[in-house]
Amino acid sequence: MRMPLSAIIGLVLTGAFLFVGLFAQFIAPYPIDSAVGGVWEGPSAAYWLGTDTIGRDIVSRLIYGAQVTIFVALASSILAFSLGSFLGFFAAVRGGWIDQTLSRIVDLVMAIPSLIVALVMLSVLPLNLTVLILVMGVLDSTRVFRLSRAVAMDITVMDYVEAAKLRGEKQGWIIFREILPNALSPLVAEFGLRFIFAVLFISTLSFLGLGIQPPLTDWGGMVKENKDGLIYGKAAALMPAMAIAALAISVNLVADWILSRTSSLKGGRGG
Amino acid sequence: MHPVLKLVVQRVALGLLLLLAVSAVIFLGVEALPGDTAQAILGQQATPEALANLREQMGLDQPALTRYFQWLGGVVQGDLGTALTNKADIAQSIGQRLGNTLFLAGCAAAISVPLAILLGLIAARYAGRWPDKLISGVTLTTISLPEFVAAYFVIFLLTQVFPIFQPVAMVFPGMSFWAKLHAVALPVIVLVLVVLAHMMRMTRAAILNVMQSAYIETAELKGLTPMQVVWRHAFPNAIAPVVSVVMLNLAYLVVGVVVVEVVFGYNALGQYLVDHVTKRDVPVVQAVGLIFAAVYIFLNMAADVIAIVANPRLRHPK
Amino acid sequence: MADTLLSFNNLKIEATAYPPGEPPRHVVLVDGVSVSVEKGKVLGLIGESGAGKSTIGLSAMSFGRGGVRLTGGEIVLNGRDIRTASAGALRDLRGREVTYVAQSAAASFNPAKKLMEQVIETSVAHGVMTKAEAEARAVSLFRQLSLPNPETIGNRYPHQVSGGQLQRVMTAMALCPKPDLVIFDEPTTALDVTTQIDVLAAIKRAIHETGVAALYITHDLAVVAQVADDILVLRHGKKVEYGSTDQIINAPKEAYTQALVSVRSIDHAEKPQAAPVLSVQNVTARYKGTSFDVLKNVTVDVAPGQTLAIVGESGSGKSTLARAITGLLPPASGRITFAGRTLSADLAGRTKDDLRELQMIYQMADVAMNPRQTVGTIIGRPLEFYFGLKGAEKEKRIQELLDQIEMGKGYADRYPAELSGGQKQRVCIARALAAKPKLIICDEVTSALDPLVADGILKLLLDLQARENVAYLFITHDLATVKAIADKIAVMFKGQVVRYGQKTDVLTPPFDDYTDLLLSSVPEMKLGWLEDVLTTRKMESAGN
Repeated sequence: MRMPLSAIIGLVLTGAFLFVGLFAQFIAPYPIDSAVGGVWEGPSAAYWLGTDTIGRDIVSRLIYGAQVTIFVALASSILAFSLGSFLGFFAAVRGGWIDQTLSRIVDLVMAIPSLIVALVMLSVLPLNLTVLILVMGVLDSTRVFRLSRAVAMDITVMDYVEAAKLRGEKQGWIIFREILPNALSPLVAEFGLRFIFAVLFISTLSFLGLGIQPPLTDWGGMVKENKDGLIYGKAAALMPAMAIAALAISVNLVADWILSRTSSLKGGRGG
Repeated sequence: MHPVLKLVVQRVALGLLLLLAVSAVIFLGVEALPGDTAQAILGQQATPEALANLREQMGLDQPALTRYFQWLGGVVQGDLGTALTNKADIAQSIGQRLGNTLFLAGCAAAISVPLAILLGLIAARYAGRWPDKLISGVTLTTISLPEFVAAYFVIFLLTQVFPIFQPVAMVFPGMSFWAKLHAVALPVIVLVLVVLAHMMRMTRAAILNVMQSAYIETAELKGLTPMQVVWRHAFPNAIAPVVSVVMLNLAYLVVGVVVVEVVFGYNALGQYLVDHVTKRDVPVVQAVGLIFAAVYIFLNMAADVIAIVANPRLRHPK
Repeated sequence: MADTLLSFNNLKIEATAYPPGEPPRHVVLVDGVSVSVEKGKVLGLIGESGAGKSTIGLSAMSFGRGGVRLTGGEIVLNGRDIRTASAGALRDLRGREVTYVAQSAAASFNPAKKLMEQVIETSVAHGVMTKAEAEARAVSLFRQLSLPNPETIGNRYPHQVSGGQLQRVMTAMALCPKPDLVIFDEPTTALDVTTQIDVLAAIKRAIHETGVAALYITHDLAVVAQVADDILVLRHGKKVEYGSTDQIINAPKEAYTQALVSVRSIDHAEKPQAAPVLSVQNVTARYKGTSFDVLKNVTVDVAPGQTLAIVGESGSGKSTLARAITGLLPPASGRITFAGRTLSADLAGRTKDDLRELQMIYQMADVAMNPRQTVGTIIGRPLEFYFGLKGAEKEKRIQELLDQIEMGKGYADRYPAELSGGQKQRVCIARALAAKPKLIICDEVTSALDPLVADGILKLLLDLQARENVAYLFITHDLATVKAIADKIAVMFKGQVVRYGQKTDVLTPPFDDYTDLLLSSVPEMKLGWLEDVLTTRKMESAGN
């Protein structure tokens, strides 16, 4: 089986971001929060990407920012995923009023844009990591719910599931042996998309000043800190902006590849 | 009743019901979350007596449901309450700002809709060939950008590298239409970029879906010219899905506009909302949140209604 | 020849396939086919799926679907080679000299436009006649094709008329511009058998009366025998045999053609009546939330080691009966006894032995097997589940079952996607056999297969029945299959059993009207059958 170049690039970059995030403490050349140079210095041998609005090394802050951004995005997408896919499968297999109730609640939440719901919620909730992860995870779980319910519904009407029911198999076997293996690849691709969404979401919230609070930093917050420099031709704000774009694009490339393989995976091991 | 009318009435009723449910979620949901409005106003040092006084004054000692219906009654009559922070009438503060937001979103829609349809047509016409790959590649990139990131790239490019525009978008009453247009040019460009990608991709998919139908092959096998095939056979069937796509993406614009207003310091509804979230001014947030939700629900409803009306099977029942 | 309309000379057609996740693959669809059609004659193109018959048909308009390319040879239409003709020249000939009737008229009509507008479009666009003339001609064609309300049917939208009618409207659309040649691409395949016969008769009459030449593409030799003057038999994109219809049907030379002609002629003597293993008594059933009985007072039974065939068209309730017996749709009233015990109405109330002894095989083997499980797992699961077999013992039994379905070693590790259609159905049979059942419900198990493959499956089923003494409840719409396999027959119509008994009794006159219609509608492999039937049958089909 051959892997397209775009998928390889995506995988390598995604891996690199994860690595940097995981080992930020060991990689970053300077501490996260100390002013080591002048304000908005240009790139130099000491500060590869220059310094920020109060003279901190941008590369180091990007590396620490990667840690926070990826951690929050990963945690909330894992939450969204576990919650959404569990309830989605549950609704599909059980049907009846359970399905109806869950689906109507999800319809209701999805009737309003996530950002607006998040803003409304954050106007009363305290701003800390746990709250952010919970709010983002719960809001995004609605999308996972819809997808996994639809995928599971498609599979439950298949004759092989009926055959298993007629054989007398228990619910556990039907969910884990008949449905799940066939639902896996669209769900894996969806996880990638949910992760990107979470990265964009947390970055946007931080940019609006409603996400990660100092002394911690993430990429969205870094854009906010340095945005005023742009008017004076200081490109510092573009560095975290590019990091967000690069992470989102690389995960997108991987998800695209998985999605395109979904149909061939359906037929066994593939060629 | 004609089935189309029946379905449309059903869909509109559903939209209204949804809006009612959303208003309940916005009001009661916020009530249910941990957090104390009185505390938020008076701060951590407030004495219990002062807190109790304020609660009574604001009616916070009454049951949540009672206050919800009072609030809803006010909203229906155009009374959105007063802001906690400056005691200003919320409806009044919103008026002018809503106009500014609609102006900005309207400009973005006026450019992005025809452009997205045109690009979608081109991409679908050359599906799999280089114009399609180019358009798809570029849009895949812009889809991966959050609004504010796209905004700063555009700002840097168009105010620094090529200094064509001002980085701040100020509009005020009494400004001429043209001056306003010039002022919102940059935020409009950003919004267009952000909405265009989704809209164009979905338009392309909708058109391709129609072009792959068996009846298009029938038309080709009739020896019709490509123009006749598109105009007589593809267009009448593509119009409903495309309009639907456009509506859905205009709803998406609602979110984009909030962030873009903040980026450009554009004095409108989104900026107003974010400001008051920061200040924890709950009544303002609830009122503005409800307005955004209403616009979003309305656009989604419109998309469905158009799809229903345009369906020949429903329009001409058996 | 002066009167040759169309000739293919050494035609070669290729395509590039793009399997997802794999490098593109080059395939030859048609290789070195030469044949010609004379003015006013009908050439039948016959073959199984993948034979390249539709591809050749479309190439008569120099059209390739998707990535299909006409890469070699000549396609001579009215004296000129059209294979390499310009786009403009092709537009000129498509819809004027050659027209097309597709298998699925329902998908081939633009849903947003009235039928008349679409029927006359070609005639007007090519300047063959004025709008008024074209409309007049369309109405007369509608009448010729025995469509109801020929004057006004053109004002309707495609979804407002039935499938059989739509197929005839499409024929009118093809004939309207007075073409030299019409391509019929499986025009009756998607229709119920009693509707098929009317459409077939209408097409035949219209061809005859307009004097047009035609390419008639089908997988059903009995159908093509009714309309074609000559027949070309194709297999894997190559010519197998070409000759007059009479010669192909009555004296086929090639072994493959002989097999196609003798298909469905399995001789099965009915077994004597015996005490039943399954007995369905007065079963009435309806779907949840509806007030309409899909099964009305159905009473049938099956003897051990015998086959009861349930015959009917779509909507007759035959598959619903299977759901009622398996417990998926608990009957509203009535009783089902099996192997001497009364079965619980719903699935949850049945014992493991009830479930084991009553197995099911489905129409679409593709979706009846979990694509993520190997053949070994699929067959092994019932062994493990019902008999607790494990390890070597299980492997041995799996191999025995694979041998029984005539699939050798090495298949246990394969996934369903790596099997052919016939092999997939065999694996499903093995899975059912693994449970050592007393009865297997076979729901249209051969309908999705090519005739020769279907024949193989039927022979296998008969063979297994003789060896294992298993009873079959065989659901089908195809009477030829019934004759080949049944001991008893129940004919179903609108949820009721209208005729029931031993095979010979059911198939011997006098018939009730519906059974007569159903029996007489099944195309027979003989010339002139269509004419005979139309003059003798009693009831009009539902499609009219």
